Amino acid sequence: MSTILSLRDIWVEYGDKIVLERVNLDVAAGSFVSIIGPSGAGKSSLLRLILGQEAPTRGRILLDDMPLTPECGPDRGVVFQRYSVFPHLSVLRNTMFGLECAQAPLTARLFGQRRRAAEEEAAEMLRAVGLGDSLHLYPAQMSGGMQQRLAIAQALLKRPRILLLDEPFGALDPGIRSDMHALITRLWHDYALTIVMVTHDIREAFSLGTRVLALDKRRHDPHAPHRFGATAVYDLPLRPRTPPPASDDAAAA
Amino acid sequence: MRWVNRQMRRNDRIVLGSVPVALLALVYLIAAVRRHAADPTDKILPLPDAMVRAMTALVTQPDPLSGQLLFWGDTLASLQRLGLGLGIATVAALLVGLVLGVLPPVRATFGPLVTGIAVIPPIALLPMLFIALGLGETAKVALIVIGIAPVMVRDIAAHVAALPREQIIKAQTLGASSWQIMIRVALPQAMPRLLQAMRLALGPAWVFLISAEAIASDIGLGYRIFLVRRYLAMDVIIPYVAWIALLAITMDAAFVFLSRRLFPWAHGGGH
Repeated sequence: MSTILSLRDIWVEYGDKIVLERVNLDVAAGSFVSIIGPSGAGKSSLLRLILGQEAPTRGRILLDDMPLTPECGPDRGVVFQRYSVFPHLSVLRNTMFGLECAQAPLTARLFGQRRRAAEEEAAEMLRAVGLGDSLHLYPAQMSGGMQQRLAIAQALLKRPRILLLDEPFGALDPGIRSDMHALITRLWHDYALTIVMVTHDIREAFSLGTRVLALDKRRHDPHAPHRFGATAVYDLPLRPRTPPPASDDAAAA
Repeated sequence: MRWVNRQMRRNDRIVLGSVPVALLALVYLIAAVRRHAADPTDKILPLPDAMVRAMTALVTQPDPLSGQLLFWGDTLASLQRLGLGLGIATVAALLVGLVLGVLPPVRATFGPLVTGIAVIPPIALLPMLFIALGLGETAKVALIVIGIAPVMVRDIAAHVAALPREQIIKAQTLGASSWQIMIRVALPQAMPRLLQAMRLALGPAWVFLISAEAIASDIGLGYRIFLVRRYLAMDVIIPYVAWIALLAITMDAAFVFLSRRLFPWAHGGGH
């Protein structure tokens, strides 16, 4: 498959602390890359690089063979562990936000016909993530799992080239988490997504991913532990894209 | 049961809350009666009937000089100054606070200036205001604005700057520009905090209003209190102070009501 994202000899340094060193990575379109590693191994730094929240100290990042500007944009969607949804907007308005920003640069609000079209599109996406009955709730009225479903729907509506997940299910109960696993697998398949997910949960990494990347330090200097950065120590291709197991996760919230 | 776990029912809370107020009134009455027993012409602790008599004249009978009902004229003038000052300060806090909070370059440029203005004691500026703006309404309103706006600006700016970074990032991945983030993400979430800031600013606003009226004015609640002080007219001063307290409590309650009504998502969302 074609490469959608490539990282070329990436270094990330904060002062004299080296977080990532010599990271080379090609992400194929349609793959589901899980990134695991111990705390402080630069998993989230790597995600922030791809997201554009930070620029690498050295190296190049290419998205669709174009150099990536170090700023977030609608071509990369993201779901964080928390705070990914807007607390002051209802579920429907949260999901419409991306459409409103694109279609109304000045007011960021839609009216009349265009508003109804956006509402319909948002509602359809919400039904796809299992929130079809919660359109008018506020995030504070929903469980953590429902909030993450909303965050996913928000991101998917913009049809991002890559969906970035930063420990998206880390704060959820085990039962809810397996529902969410089924959901993200189904969405990944239905929408032909390319996903990069950072997780602490090794089982999750292997059960969801088509490829697992383990970040860690190759070398360790006991006198100056901060001078060696982490890189991909294992890069395990697991399996090609397969249809997800049949499941009815949309009913569970 | 431990005291930290004793939750009070609504009725009990009303009864308990009124006990200290009633006690205070009782203590005052006893002291006033005892003073009047010793000296029937005492003016320091007037009895309720004297207060009613003094206030009836102010509330219902036009002043022979100006033809005005003094009590209502005072109330209207003071509320107008307070409302103007609070309104201007609120608009300034929203605009400046929002921009300072959302845009780091603006924060770097104007943050120190706002902090600098905020630490100046506003009363110290009052002579300057009187010299520059004259003794009219402008100087009084300006004192209130200068007194409360910097604190409100800093509060809103800090609140907006403390919005989770994830939200701002998320908005950008949904295609939002700086402007769109400002009006759709930061502004709505600053609104409940703005009402909170207005509640907190009400106290200082009254202080600056009464100060300005005490020094140079010809009408207003603060002016009347400081005027009748010359005649030891406690029978006017005490009801006026009580009236000011009542007005302040009403405004505070109105802000709480508005906030719950307009921003239900900020109050637990009504589970």
